[in-house]
Order: sequence, then C-alpha cells, then structure tokens
Amino acid sequence: MFYRECGVLKETYRQDMAIFPIPLDRWGLGVMLVLAFLVIPFTASDYWLSSIMLPFYCFSLAALGLNFLTGYAGQVSIGHAAFMAVGAYSSLILYGRYGVPLPLSILGGGIFASAAGTIFGIPSLRIKGFYLAVSTLAAQFIIEWVLTHWQWVSGGVFGTVDAPDMYIFGWLIDTPVKKYYLVLCVLILLTVFGKNLVRGQLGRNWTAIRDMDVAAEIIGVSLFRNKLIAFAVSSFYAGVAGSLITFTYYLAANIEEFNLFLSFHLLGMIIIGGMGTVLGSFFGAGFMTLLPIFINQTLLTIMERVPSDIRANSEAIVFGGLIVFFLIVEPYGMARLWQTIKEKMRLWPFPY
Amino acid sequence: MAFFFEVLISGLLVGVMYSLVAMGFALIYKASGVFNFAQGDMSLLAGLALVGFLTVMPLWLALICTVAVMAILAYGTVFIIFRPLVARSPLILFMAAIGLSFLIQGIGQAIWGTDAKGLNIGIPDVLVQIGEIYISTFDLTFGGMAAALVAGLVWFFQKTRTGRALRAVADDHEAALSVGIPLLRAWAVTWVIAGIVATVAGVAWGSRLGVQFSLSLIALKALPVLILGGIDSILGAILAGLLIGASENLAEVFIGPYVGGGIQTFFPYLVALLVLWFKPYGMFGKEIIERV
Repeated sequence: MFYRECGVLKETYRQDMAIFPIPLDRWGLGVMLVLAFLVIPFTASDYWLSSIMLPFYCFSLAALGLNFLTGYAGQVSIGHAAFMAVGAYSSLILYGRYGVPLPLSILGGGIFASAAGTIFGIPSLRIKGFYLAVSTLAAQFIIEWVLTHWQWVSGGVFGTVDAPDMYIFGWLIDTPVKKYYLVLCVLILLTVFGKNLVRGQLGRNWTAIRDMDVAAEIIGVSLFRNKLIAFAVSSFYAGVAGSLITFTYYLAANIEEFNLFLSFHLLGMIIIGGMGTVLGSFFGAGFMTLLPIFINQTLLTIMERVPSDIRANSEAIVFGGLIVFFLIVEPYGMARLWQTIKEKMRLWPFPY
Repeated sequence: MAFFFEVLISGLLVGVMYSLVAMGFALIYKASGVFNFAQGDMSLLAGLALVGFLTVMPLWLALICTVAVMAILAYGTVFIIFRPLVARSPLILFMAAIGLSFLIQGIGQAIWGTDAKGLNIGIPDVLVQIGEIYISTFDLTFGGMAAALVAGLVWFFQKTRTGRALRAVADDHEAALSVGIPLLRAWAVTWVIAGIVATVAGVAWGSRLGVQFSLSLIALKALPVLILGGIDSILGAILAGLLIGASENLAEVFIGPYVGGGIQTFFPYLVALLVLWFKPYGMFGKEIIERV
C-alpha cells in the first residue's frame, strides 16, 4: 500500500534504463539527500559530525570499493586496509610535500592505491579461491612494511605523516561542517559513478566472473582485463576513502589505523550490509560505525566506567556473533532485509 | 658455517610450530570444506584456558580440562554455526570462520583476561651443544612432541575405525553419508582433533612468548605455509612449514640487514606467491578441474 510500483508506465528506453524507475524511490532518495545536505550539518552536534558521520561516510566508500571486488567480481581481498593506507600516505605526501591542490591529491591517492591494487591483483589471474584470499594478505604485510621502513615515505621513524591544513582554491576547510560537505560530495560523486559502473557492461562482466569464471571466459569475457579492472577500481575507492578519512578524521597517516583488523571490519561491513549491492555498503558501514558506540552506551548503563578491555572484548563478541548470525539468518545482509521490508510494504496493512 | 646451521635449525624448529597450525587448517578444510580462520584463536583459547586451569590444579588435570574446553568448542561450533550453513558456498563458510575467530577472542579474553600471562609447564630451557651448534632443549622437546603428535595422528587415521570414517568423509561427503557415517559427528571429531593440535601449538608458543592476544596471530604465519603446501594436504602443511620456517629465518638473518630488517612478516608470503604462480594449488594441493 505504501510502497507502490504500479502505475509506472515507461514510454521511452531512457525511462526503462533509469537507475530509479519507481517515483517513490526517487522521492525517497531526494529526501535522503536533503537530509544529508541540509538537515544533518545544521542540526547535528560537532561530535556527531566529526566522530560519527565522517568515519561512516569514509568507510561506506571503502566498503563500496571492497563490494565491487568481493561482492560483484567474487575475488576475496583480506588486504584492503593496505590500499586505504596507500591512498592516505600518497595523498598526504602529494598535498603536503609537493603542494598539489587538494582535490588532485585525493584523486592522486586513489590512483596510487589503484596501481598498488592492480599489482597485487595480478596473482588472481592464476590463483583462485582461498589461495587468492591468502595471497591478498601479502599486500597487507608488504605495504605495511614498505610504509614503515622506507624513510622517504614518512620522513621519520614512526611512519607517521601529519595532515596539513586543507585549502581548496584558497578556502580553508577546518570546521566539521566544511569537512562533512567535502566528504559528502566525494562520496556522492563516487557512489553515482560506481552505481552506473555496476549497472553497465563492466558490472555484468564482474557478475559473470563471480558466478562462474570458466563459463564467463567461454562466452568472451576477458578474465585478465575484468579482474584487474575490478582490483583497480576497488582499490581506487579504498585509496580515496583512506585519504579522506586521514585528512578529515585521523589528521595523521599512521599505519596502525590501517591494520589487518580494518580489513576484516571492511569484510564484515559488506557481509552484514549485503554483498553485491551498493546500498548494502552503506548499511554495513553505518552499522559497524554505530555498533561500538552503541555497545559502549549499553555498558555505561550497567557500570559506571567501562574498562577498555571489557569494551574491546564485548565488541569482538558482538561483532563475531553478528557476522555468524547474519550468515545463518540472512546471508544476503541488510540490503536484502530492506528489500523484504519494501515487498511487505506493498500490501501492508492489508492482508492480501 | 656453524652459524648458518644454527640459523637453519632454529628456523626449522619454528617451522614445526607453523606446521602444527597449518595442519589444523588442513584437517578441517579437508573434512568439512571450512577454511577455519579461527585456528590461531583456538590456540589462543587453549593457552588462556591452560593458564587459567593451572592456577587451581596440577598440570595433567589442567591439560585434560583444556582439551575438554576445546572439545566443547568444537561441538558447539559444528552444531550451532556450521550445521545451518551446510552446502553453502565456501566463501560464506570462510566468513563464518572469521566471525567465529572474533567470538573466540572475545569470549576467551572475557573469561581469562587480556593481560599477557606467562606459561611454564616445566620443560627446561637451556642451551645444549651438539657439535658446534647450540640448540635449546625446550625447542628440541617441542620438536619431538610435534613429531609424536603427527605420528599419533597418522596412526589414528590409518588404524582406528573413527579415523577411517573421518578419511572417508574427507574424500567424499555423499559417499560417506551413504554408507552410514554421521557427517556432523565426523566433522565435530575433526574439529576436536584440530583443537588438540591447536592446543599443542598454543602451549608451545605460549610458553615461549607468553599467552596473550598476539598468540592468535600465529594463524597469519601459518597461512602462507598452508597455501604453499596446498590447502587440503597434511603432508604439504608439514613440509611447507619446515621450508617456510627455515627460509624466513635465513632471509631475516642474511638478507634482512641489507633492506632494513623485519622482512619476516611478509617473506613467507613472497615465497608462497612465487610457488603459487607456477603451481596454483600449492605443492601438494588437489588440483581442481573445472567444468562448465
């Protein structure tokens, strides 16, 4: 009743090909955009903006990237945090040391990450399944080692590069609201781009490879090209996400932030959110960003002060439990739950 | 030259530990198709449990209790987590194992605490001289124990009824089911065995480096071993473990100084990648022929 798909009469091919063919979806999206652009920046506190919304958006972007690779192209990567690190370091170095304008630096971070991702994606041409998954771990360790051991990268011994003040065309970006808009704009740009990517030829090639690579190759989908493009695009997104989160949230590129556990968390995000869906990346990232805060608040109601080990343990338990729970109960994640809700809303509140 | 052999032998002894962890992976993978990412966390849990039990009871009882904990974990895992996931894609099972690894970490540390604990089970750690080479008695003892464990497992799988049933399950699930082997129970027993292997590895590493969170990271050291040997090959796990242990130690000592050290963290992966490029299913892994 409340979610209506009827009465949508497509008259042109253009309408048929639209991303959101149903008017209600378009309205819903419009409302979300108004919320994101006009309501949240002016109503949310600085704490919410800078500590929750910023990481949420950045991780959404990274999860979206991983979703291209794992959810669409079916190649598991457990070294994705390393590509975020490459993006973070290279954009900081480009901007801070060489004075490249900020938008180009962020783009450059993405491009360097993408190059790194492509190199580590090369084994995927020969190695499959778990052998590949473990090989991507090599990316994590090698990149971590390079970033901490090459003096040139960090200019110091601890492998940390501080983020300088951000100027776009002479305009200082310092308050949480301005940072929020910067991240939001990049996020929307890349989401639209990514959504169209997976709707098109490339996305279909990826899906074909995921479902059965031998069959895909037989009907003429080049595994070599498409797998490498998947790695490149995916790590481009990771690199941009890494550089954004470093510029706006961490304020210094430190390899500790991009360790193996972040890789697992990204994987967890796309499982919980829904593999092979763009929407799911957002659900998953939002969920995983809010989860620690939620757990902390819950513990605070029970005890006065939460020791860090208890918090870490309960986070691990809840996180692990949720992954298992989702895999058993809803293997397609929150995106599928949303789909189910929409289907129910077609009839609700009438029984038939 | 004596120095070279000393480095080589200490590398081989470390390799034995890698082999143990990799064997746990291979056992479970072969039997149930689960890439058990939680193998390292099982070692951590075993170490934590043993330290916890040792404070209130003698060593032999503590060991029994630890194995009992691992058995409970194994049965719980198979019947609660993996039974609903039967016949799902391997990727889903792998993700479930990642979830399991977080669960074990959280629960283990919630019960026994996160602080680093020493573990002393009374094996002397003194250097003995053999020829010109110094070796720690501790390492030798554990090398011997690992060899005994492998021998015991071989005997179990070749000679006992349960062992043969497990091998049948590993070979072909459906055929095993059709001759009346209870699949889930066979998996659970495999997980118990993997748990025992994890216990030995956890105790060995724990008494060396202390029982703490980083113990679970030995799984990461065992992964290149696993893919180098072939995911489903026990023999591969053992040989690759020795190979990786020796080569990473040699590389760290002889190449490390030229590039800034610390290459132990990724050198095994490089070796594994290099071999995988020529043999995509590892040295002894079963080659899968795909048909459309």
